[in-house]
Amino acid sequence: MLITRKKFLQIFAGSVAGFALSDLWLPKLLQAANVKNGKGRLPIIWFQAQNCTGCPVSFINTEYPSAEEVLIEVVTLEYNPTIMGATGDIAISVLEKAISEEEGKFILVIDGSIPVEAEGNFCNVGEINGKSITALEWVEKLASAASAVIAVGSCATWGGIPAAPPNPTKAKPAGDIIKGKPLINIPGCPPHPDWIIGTLVHVLKYGMPKLDDLKRPEMFFGPDKVVHDNCELRQYFDAGIFAKKFGEKGCLYELGCKGPIAHCDIPTRGWNSSVSWCNRAGGPCIGCTEPTFPGGTGSGLYEKLPAVQVPGLAEINANANTIGIALGGATAAAIAGHAIARAVSTKKLKKKQNESKSYSEINKKKPDIQEEKSISDKEESR
Amino acid sequence: MSETIIIDPLTRIEGHLRIEIKVEKNKVVEAYSSGEMFRGIEIILRDRSPLDAPMISQRICGVCPQVHGTGSVMALDDAFGIKPAKNGRIIRNLMLGSNFLNSHILHFYLLSALDFVDITAVLDYKGMDSRLIKIKEWIKSDIDSGATNAGSPFLPRYDGDYIKDHELNMHALSSYLKAIEIKRKCHEMLAIFGGKVPHCQTLVPGGVTCIPTVDKIMAFRSRLSEIKNFVEKTYIPDVLTIAKNYPDYFIIGKGATNFMSYGGFPEDEDNSGWLFPQGVLIDGNVSDFDSEKVEEFVKHSKYSSGSGLNPFDGQTTPSPFKDDAYSWIKSPRYSRNVVEVGPLARAMVSYHANSNNSLNILLKSALNELGATPESLVSTMGRHAARALESKVLIDRMESWLDELVPEGPVANDFKIPFVSKGKGLIEGPRGSLGHWIKIENKRISNYQAVVPTTWNGSPKDDDNKPGPFEMALIGTPVADYKNPIEPARVIRSFDPCLACAIHVMDLENDSVYKFKI
Repeated sequence: MLITRKKFLQIFAGSVAGFALSDLWLPKLLQAANVKNGKGRLPIIWFQAQNCTGCPVSFINTEYPSAEEVLIEVVTLEYNPTIMGATGDIAISVLEKAISEEEGKFILVIDGSIPVEAEGNFCNVGEINGKSITALEWVEKLASAASAVIAVGSCATWGGIPAAPPNPTKAKPAGDIIKGKPLINIPGCPPHPDWIIGTLVHVLKYGMPKLDDLKRPEMFFGPDKVVHDNCELRQYFDAGIFAKKFGEKGCLYELGCKGPIAHCDIPTRGWNSSVSWCNRAGGPCIGCTEPTFPGGTGSGLYEKLPAVQVPGLAEINANANTIGIALGGATAAAIAGHAIARAVSTKKLKKKQNESKSYSEINKKKPDIQEEKSISDKEESR
Repeated sequence: MSETIIIDPLTRIEGHLRIEIKVEKNKVVEAYSSGEMFRGIEIILRDRSPLDAPMISQRICGVCPQVHGTGSVMALDDAFGIKPAKNGRIIRNLMLGSNFLNSHILHFYLLSALDFVDITAVLDYKGMDSRLIKIKEWIKSDIDSGATNAGSPFLPRYDGDYIKDHELNMHALSSYLKAIEIKRKCHEMLAIFGGKVPHCQTLVPGGVTCIPTVDKIMAFRSRLSEIKNFVEKTYIPDVLTIAKNYPDYFIIGKGATNFMSYGGFPEDEDNSGWLFPQGVLIDGNVSDFDSEKVEEFVKHSKYSSGSGLNPFDGQTTPSPFKDDAYSWIKSPRYSRNVVEVGPLARAMVSYHANSNNSLNILLKSALNELGATPESLVSTMGRHAARALESKVLIDRMESWLDELVPEGPVANDFKIPFVSKGKGLIEGPRGSLGHWIKIENKRISNYQAVVPTTWNGSPKDDDNKPGPFEMALIGTPVADYKNPIEPARVIRSFDPCLACAIHVMDLENDSVYKFKI
């Protein structure tokens, strides 16, 4: 394969390791898997460490394509403890075979964090010759044989729930354990099935997807996917209408919504075949796709984001970066910068109200009061 | 002479489970069940806001998150001294009911059926079902091309006495594919009120956050009727058909023979009535449940703290090298009795309470069809049957709960986080009795304990050396081929183990480092 000078430099500069390495490992993988012109399947070993099984359950919830289409047309799912036929020794033999005979011929998918306390003995899977094997050992061995690694869910990408303070088992994300392999992070607690399958299909048919600084596919988690910016309750924020208690109408900011610092396309994609999503159901976004999730004892899931000025009161003085730092320390600083609240100033709010008025004047039939109600009608009809 | 067989990992369950059995003359004589994963979620909850508990404790388990969320939010209601709004209570029930249906259908088809159904029979399929043809061609072309992983993830598998009848195998495979769709719809139903699932977003003290509107009620009801059709026309008949093909499993896997139910699905805001009755069945006698009689023993668990304590006063001091200890799971007992929890326990408590409710009527007609006695329900197949039948009872009640919702009515009562308080939330989940206990100090969580269904069922021997329900069920189980121990795997899967749930209780003292092997 021809590598352009630019790409060559990129590889050695390591600036975009994800892209650059893909040029080397992907053709080899696709050739081994007999994939031609995007037709064929990606061999997958899906290993589960300190997980809750929410990720595979979400994966199986895929609507289009159906789960069977995914199994028949997208992946060869050689190992996944939740759905595989094999048990015990026979299941372990699949992992051993991958390590010894399939080097560079499969993608390792991991859900769950990996505990390193007590030499990894907080999570053990199977045994070989009478010796119990830790998740840590499996992940190291499997990753060294794998062509690339996809971390699925917030535990495998950032550490998630098990790594929340005081992190009793010293749980680590896949990226902290595995070095020198192309890595894609698909966060979420759990991730939407489209994010997992969409990423796999992209790798299969179009190569490595474009990743952000945190190795998340930009198509699902990019800087234009800030939950707050795409939230259907945004109009309430802009109009300065805030829910003060649960079950009330309004922007959920005061109830602790983490939408301003959360990156994912869920406001437009919707959960579970698009029937609803977090904020639509009145449950404030808890920022489950971010490294700050679930935070420490000082940053409760329902505690208001610090340093955000609400519209109508004063100018905005915070952005996603500064809030991230306040919330979760250094890791959060890596969150792609995005001005949190392009919230309206008093002046803008006034302007908006005037616009509404002129709209109702055009319609003539609606007095002002109904104009305001139409927002709530729209909300209820969902 | 006995031989030791180790099944690790026991796949197609939630979590990491290791089973060790001693076998003599092809029969299990001794059994040990051990969990293999620990996260410390209760430790993580400490010092956080009580409001975080329902969100974080749901993450104990991605298969049954809803019951953890519901148990947790009921513990908050109790601690805050409030009751849920009526709409809020009903929506909690509807969401939990959706989780039950998803979990039960997932358990029978995706987790258990591959122990009975012969998927390789599809290679001989000659019918017209396009989905089955597609699967046949998929496996066949992989085999023809010499792929070593043909049929993944369904193959490889244990050799065993799979179903031989071709038609039945094909019917079951077709049901398996349909079940994946139906279980997805169960989750869609839950997400209508929960925002998302796994791990819903709407459980708060005093109720829920989601306002029921007519369109939501319609969307829920429409899916529910589709699911009802599947449960009545496919799930229940499939369970009964497979049961008839494996009559031995009405004898194999008896277990504890004592049962308990905390009461499932509150029918009022005072938690005084339940869809699935509350009660304890010991030696064939039903008595009222009394939470004071729950005690946790640790003689064979790796804890040095006091044995026989009620969860409110629960202590967890780990002792990894303790003599005679082989599990991180404690041994909860009811008045020192080993009790099984789960769908079979709910059915047995209901049956022996002799209440003429809809679950009993269904049970009687199923027993008639199978020509079986109530005693034979206490078995591997009985657990599958009880799970399927309660699904039907639940669906019927969910339909009427929808009628009781007041569209656009209030969903949550106001609350204030108390400075100091404590509370408990006792409820039935898909896998059985679940309790969350919370203590609050300075408006923060000072102690959190959860005793979950698989802690009861998967417990090790207690202070009286009485084995737990898994272990009791395994003893006497035949093992035809020591290299392919499919029979014990069937017995354990019938309990629907949830290991992530079972092992989450542990305290780390002074950050000491432990080295241990589970």
